[in-house]
Amino acid sequence: MLLSMFLLLGTNMLMAQDAATGTVATDSDKSAMWLGVGYYALLLLVAAVSLVILGKILRVYDLSQKIQGKKGINWNNIMGFVCIIFLIAGIYGATWSLTVQGSMSLPESASAHGVDTDNMFTVTSILTLIVFFLTQSLLFGFAFFYRGSDKRKAHYLPHNNTIEKIWTIIPAAVLTVLVVFGFFTWQKIENSTEVKGDINIDVTGHQFAWELRYPGKDGKLGALDYKLTTGDNKLGIDFKDPRSLDDLQADTLVIPVNKSIRLNIHAQDVIHSVYMPHFRLQQNAVPGLPTFFKFIPTITTAEMRVRTDNPKFEYLLYCNKICGGSHYNMQKVVRVVTAEEYQDWIAKQKPYLTDKLRTELKLAADKSTSAPQAATNRLALNN
Amino acid sequence: MSTLAVHDHGIVHHEEGHEHHHKQTFLNTYVFSQDHKMIAKQFLITGITMAFIGMCLSLLFRIQLAYPDKAFPLLETLLGRFAPGGRLSPDFYMSLVTIHGTIMVFFVLTAGLSGTFANLLIPLQIGARDMASPFVNMLSYWFFLMASLVMVSSFLVQKGPASGGWTIYPPLSALPKAMPGSGEGMTLWLISMVLFIASSLMGGINYISTILNMRTKGMDLWKMPLTIWALFLTAVLGVLAFPVLVAGVVLLIFDRSFGTSFYLSDIVLNGQVQPFEGGSPILFQHLFWFLGHPEVYIIIMPAMGLSSEILAVNSRKPIFGYHAMVYSLIGISVLSFIVWGHHMFVTGMNPFLGGVFMITTLIIAVPSAVKTFNWLATLWRGNIRFTPGMLFAIGMVSFFISGGLTGIFLGNAALDINLHDTYFVVAHFHLVMGSAAIFGMLAGVYHWFPKMFRRMMDERLGYLHFWITFIGAYLVFFPMHFMGLDGVPRRYYAFTEFESMKHWLTVNVFITWAAIMSGVAQVVFIANFIYSIFFGKKATQNPWNANTLEWTTPVEHLHGNWPGEIPTVYRWPYDYSKPGHEEDFIPQTVPYSQTMSSNSVHDFEDNPAGLEEYTKWAVANKVNEQVK
Ligand code: HEM
Ligand SMILES: [Cu+2]
Ligand SMILES: [Cu+2]
Repeated sequence: MLLSMFLLLGTNMLMAQDAATGTVATDSDKSAMWLGVGYYALLLLVAAVSLVILGKILRVYDLSQKIQGKKGINWNNIMGFVCIIFLIAGIYGATWSLTVQGSMSLPESASAHGVDTDNMFTVTSILTLIVFFLTQSLLFGFAFFYRGSDKRKAHYLPHNNTIEKIWTIIPAAVLTVLVVFGFFTWQKIENSTEVKGDINIDVTGHQFAWELRYPGKDGKLGALDYKLTTGDNKLGIDFKDPRSLDDLQADTLVIPVNKSIRLNIHAQDVIHSVYMPHFRLQQNAVPGLPTFFKFIPTITTAEMRVRTDNPKFEYLLYCNKICGGSHYNMQKVVRVVTAEEYQDWIAKQKPYLTDKLRTELKLAADKSTSAPQAATNRLALNN
Repeated sequence: MSTLAVHDHGIVHHEEGHEHHHKQTFLNTYVFSQDHKMIAKQFLITGITMAFIGMCLSLLFRIQLAYPDKAFPLLETLLGRFAPGGRLSPDFYMSLVTIHGTIMVFFVLTAGLSGTFANLLIPLQIGARDMASPFVNMLSYWFFLMASLVMVSSFLVQKGPASGGWTIYPPLSALPKAMPGSGEGMTLWLISMVLFIASSLMGGINYISTILNMRTKGMDLWKMPLTIWALFLTAVLGVLAFPVLVAGVVLLIFDRSFGTSFYLSDIVLNGQVQPFEGGSPILFQHLFWFLGHPEVYIIIMPAMGLSSEILAVNSRKPIFGYHAMVYSLIGISVLSFIVWGHHMFVTGMNPFLGGVFMITTLIIAVPSAVKTFNWLATLWRGNIRFTPGMLFAIGMVSFFISGGLTGIFLGNAALDINLHDTYFVVAHFHLVMGSAAIFGMLAGVYHWFPKMFRRMMDERLGYLHFWITFIGAYLVFFPMHFMGLDGVPRRYYAFTEFESMKHWLTVNVFITWAAIMSGVAQVVFIANFIYSIFFGKKATQNPWNANTLEWTTPVEHLHGNWPGEIPTVYRWPYDYSKPGHEEDFIPQTVPYSQTMSSNSVHDFEDNPAGLEEYTKWAVANKVNEQVK
């Protein structure tokens, strides 16, 4: 007990010191810095010395008890009690963490399949939490109740086949249920075969940004060939493919609510990962291996702002596979809008085939039958 | 051959009063030693040093995470170009997490843990004079040391150490231009890892052959302590899995240096079209995780073995369900080779394959659960003696539960979609692997310290060390689950760029201070460790009243372990508190003929051969008694 009090005190002191040195450090003065270092070194020294003194005091106390014919400090008992205190404090702490920090996690799923994910998550959480609290209680409970003494002898129990069978079969059964559930949910979620009416959108990752490509009027994305990549044709779009000619670029991933969206995911340099946690969606972007993820957004950004009570709320797409120095800042805003808003927005997007590119590639102007939006002012979409 | 060599060094010479042909010099006793006990100590001390380095690296990046906007002039003084203006550079941050992970996973928890305890305990607990090949064993240490030095030296190269994460996925690690750490730093990483694997294989082959061939009389497989079972299966896993990593690493070296395209295809780097064609980055991940998943069990199984032993000794009870414990270890070992795909659910691997890996992954949770329940049952109605070793073993079980349960979320592919590469994974593996295995290792250090250094460690400092570290580790890793559930990715230099992640900043500060607190507790451990080596209380021969063979060796170390004949083993190692016996332990070397009052048919329930022997013995014994 004394020890833990000492500890607490120590940590508090450290914290206080930190605040002090923090302000010192900002003047970036060398001597101030070394003063700070010295401070900590001194603190550590003081802690070490007090620890030694404490140890000596305990030893003296222990000896004096023994001289008086008493037992001396029974560390075994003390540790048993610390175990039970830890158990109680731990249950309290875990519960606190689960409720307070647990409520800081993601809001409800904004995609159709995410509802299944969340249900699975809830079921798994309930099961595992029961096991968690039960086993930890048994562990530290036993440690406390069966703390040793010279008077007792342990119960010789090498095994018990019945109970061992029970606790093999029960976890196996529970896990079977989870596996079967999970397997079918997974198969359903991962089904990304294209059906008519899917909106295909290309998401391409490179160090350190995402590029978006929407199909034009024809509703189809043109072919890509990485060897065609140049400064102006940064995705390597193959404009010999007529479907490419009307492909659109965009700055924000705008998607219509309740429509099936199929992301075609590419990477140019290293592996990235398209992570859109609000939609319970993640898929790696792998160079040389296009991947897909199909989902249906169900809650518009506007509605989510109301639900989360946060007027600035935005859905985000960010990179979740280590990809270099600026991995930590590779994000794109995702905006879920109504069908009409989506139509308005897409009509304002510019095609990839800019006039500059057109002359570069020596494509005749009259071939561009399907790029009527080319003239549209780009300013409008920089909202 | 090797057995002969061992006998050469064995009893004969010692009985003749140390008159070796080669003299005991400082060099061959402490440096180029071929004695397994000395090699164990070399592994331990190198391992602890690496752990300390790894811990300091983690504290550096924890400071960055807690105070992303603050400048610490001290950092610039210490780290120079890696921390311009007193703030870690993003690239160096990546290097820190990469080298921290590599050091902890491979150098501390693989070599430091297996290397120490396999070397110390295998010969001592099975009753052998040394390893099958002491020379190869020595080489194993020296390769490990070289690997460690190369790894640490990568901090000295201009662009800094490898920085693509401990999993070094190409193309990031294959393209020197993709990030500074993928230059010479990565080259050094790969060299170090090849040396490391060589070390690990030499060690593993030795452990396996020693256990299979050099057990003393009576030590059949079902009389081996669980430590030996665990170390044996660990070595098997290592020997089967590490060569695959070599293959992966060699192909990566080819891609980096000789222009091949095993892992590379369709790459445009910084606007430049690269010539690579036809490779697959996913191939590397398959090779890596084919090792990588067994690797995590290579880490945890020795910790499980050590903890099982320590829990039994200090509960003064037999380990509950010895056979189930062995079978679950075997089950885990086999299954661990067919689950690697659970690290790759969202890589674009065929979803059906993902589904299969999900099934195998969740099956592996069953033997893990069995082990946990058996540990709990071992404590039940015990007479528990809280040595620091025991506390750390209990802590190991606690962490294994907490971290293992989150494995059930991650192993479920549907849930992993949103959890992969977030802090939820960081929490999972730091609890189940990091904390649990480190606690198993520390338990082993406290428990076998008297065997290694002939002195005891200070118990009260051990208690202090345990409680601060135990509480600290939970404070550090528990909140990370919720960051993961909020979609906070791992390996992010700062969370300041995201409005949605800013509410975790205070939690990050808290975690960092908890980490610093735990770090300070390790100073207590190091002080206790060093002090006790020189000034600790002198150990008795069997300080814990344990049954296993290592405690029958004299306190003074001999090359060859036992002064006379190697003792014969008559019983399993877990006869603690056996009814009918005066003391609460019966060492393995005590024949049943000396423990008449405590013998029972029940001892042989799962062992028909033993039962037969026992009945024979019983008949013979009756005859004996009649003769008397
Ligand atoms: C109860 C059984 C376990 C299950 C079902 C399980 C499942 C998983 C899964 C599915 C992942 C991948 C998560 C992701 O990256 O999205 C994972 C990661 C990991 N697990 Fe486990 N695990 C279990 C036990 C263990 C044990 C015993 C250890 C080590 C001793 C361990 C160490 C790791 C490590 C190191 C990683 C992270 C690797 C990385 O990405 O850096 N796990 N686990
Ligand atoms: Cu990225
Ligand atoms: Cu794994």
